[in-house]
Amino acid sequence: MFAQDKRIRIITGHYGSGKTEFAVNYAEKLRQSLPPERKVALADLDIVNVYFRSRQKQDEMQQMGILVIASSIQGDSADLPAVSAAMTMPVNDRSYDYVVDLGGNDVGTLVLGRMTPLLKEEETDFFMVVNVYRPDTATPEGVIEQMRSLERGAGLKVTGLINNTNLVRETTAACLRHGDDVLKEVTARTGVPVRYISYVEELLQEELPEGLSGEWFPMQYHMRESWM
Amino acid sequence: MAKVLMKGNEAIGKAAIEAGCRYFFGYPITPQSELPEYLSSELPKVGGMFVQAESEVSAINMVYGAAAAGARVLTSSSSPGIALKQEGIGYITNASLPAVIVNMMRGGPGLGTIQPGQADYHMTVKGGSNGDYQNIVVAPASVQEAVDMVMEAFDLADHYRVPVIVLADGLIGQMMEPVEFHYVPKWDLPEKDWALRGKGDGEKHMVENLVMEARECEEWNLAHYRVYRKIEEQEQDWEEYKLEDAEYAFVAYGTVSRIVKSAISQLREEGYKIGLIRPKKLWPFPQKAFDRWDGQIKKYLDVEMSMGQMVQDVAYACNDKHKIEFYGRTGGIVPGVEEIVVFAKKIMGGDK
Repeated sequence: MFAQDKRIRIITGHYGSGKTEFAVNYAEKLRQSLPPERKVALADLDIVNVYFRSRQKQDEMQQMGILVIASSIQGDSADLPAVSAAMTMPVNDRSYDYVVDLGGNDVGTLVLGRMTPLLKEEETDFFMVVNVYRPDTATPEGVIEQMRSLERGAGLKVTGLINNTNLVRETTAACLRHGDDVLKEVTARTGVPVRYISYVEELLQEELPEGLSGEWFPMQYHMRESWM
Repeated sequence: MAKVLMKGNEAIGKAAIEAGCRYFFGYPITPQSELPEYLSSELPKVGGMFVQAESEVSAINMVYGAAAAGARVLTSSSSPGIALKQEGIGYITNASLPAVIVNMMRGGPGLGTIQPGQADYHMTVKGGSNGDYQNIVVAPASVQEAVDMVMEAFDLADHYRVPVIVLADGLIGQMMEPVEFHYVPKWDLPEKDWALRGKGDGEKHMVENLVMEARECEEWNLAHYRVYRKIEEQEQDWEEYKLEDAEYAFVAYGTVSRIVKSAISQLREEGYKIGLIRPKKLWPFPQKAFDRWDGQIKKYLDVEMSMGQMVQDVAYACNDKHKIEFYGRTGGIVPGVEEIVVFAKKIMGGDK
């Protein structure tokens, strides 16, 4: 895991794709896999959602040794499209591995404009998280339309897809296979590969299906309480 | 139709369209803004009309007009925005018009916070406008239930000619859950032969609000209350959860009822005989549930995201204020499973 990924990973996806859950799990696993002297930062650039933002997990993440960069305006009622200028620091400081949780639509990705002139292609991945049970990304056409819209907003090309197809606590292996069918077609049409297949371990009791594109990425719920 | 994953606010918008609603008038406020946003793009696709009004006050009066013209019409807001709409809600109620109003509650009072709350119980269930009146109030606990209740709300509104309020906490609006849409009308509803649609060669229709004589105004009130008595008899709705052998019962609605269910699992593992009465409608309040179970329940444990606004209704329903214990968080704080377990154990002691 992570070997193919570049130093800066920008994680996006239409809202509801499970982008934040993936970004938080990714940052956590990345921290565990790297030697302690290597630094890890997670930026929450979500200006679209008002609940379930990665900054809510700031204390947990900091305790693990992950630097969290969130809004410069403190307080969880800060319903303002403000991000911290510190977001560019881990781009310039190459001692950091950087995970960026980018907000959920073309408006959300505009935030990245502050950062794109500094990004170098050879050290940047732009991952798009997809759940094909979201109405807007139910078909290859829908996924490609969203992909183009996110790319226009961000000024970057998507380098990898994350198959995060799920129905929350009703998820089965068949869901992931269904997601794979749609995303294989997206890959065929765009050349963008599926990088990971992410799933919440406690929900999938069956054996993992074979023949799916991408590397398995087991997750734990961080953003969802046990009763959600 | 297969299940899809939707955010509560979007799912409510889609449910309204499925139920035949073609008109939405509203104003953005967190945590319900995805609902107008969704309808702004989806209503025009089905020949409907979306208007972002200049304020909540104008939006509710547009609802009044559309309802008078016989349309299925929706507005939505969150707590402080619903406070602004109260005058219009009173007028729509007095004119006996059907409308559906969604309140995605947040912390209060005043501007409060953007986090979830349940502190609009009084405003909504007891009437936040002036005069003698009631509105039907439905309280979903999941995104699927919000979908089903919104569809039913349009039928209830048309059948009884009353406004129906969908009272949910912000989490219901913001949560993503799997949903499906199956609208089955609750009644075979008659044509709205009272609606204002231009007289033409037909009969004159009137939608009235002003009564000049006190005696006549009293008659008008009594007529409303005859409808309310019918609603109280017909429309009480609740869920009974693990009550068969229960000696204690939580009373909770909306998101809190889900946290309470997790607490019940823990308590039952330790041998406590405890269940839940979950009102699915807050008005009419489920008196019948309490009549049915009161004999075996020693205490009711009322848990809310407010300072206890439902307590008086529970006290009235069980006719013994000494049987009620309350635990609540407010201002936008969602209680955790653990603190509810601690509260329940304190009440029950070692009584297993």
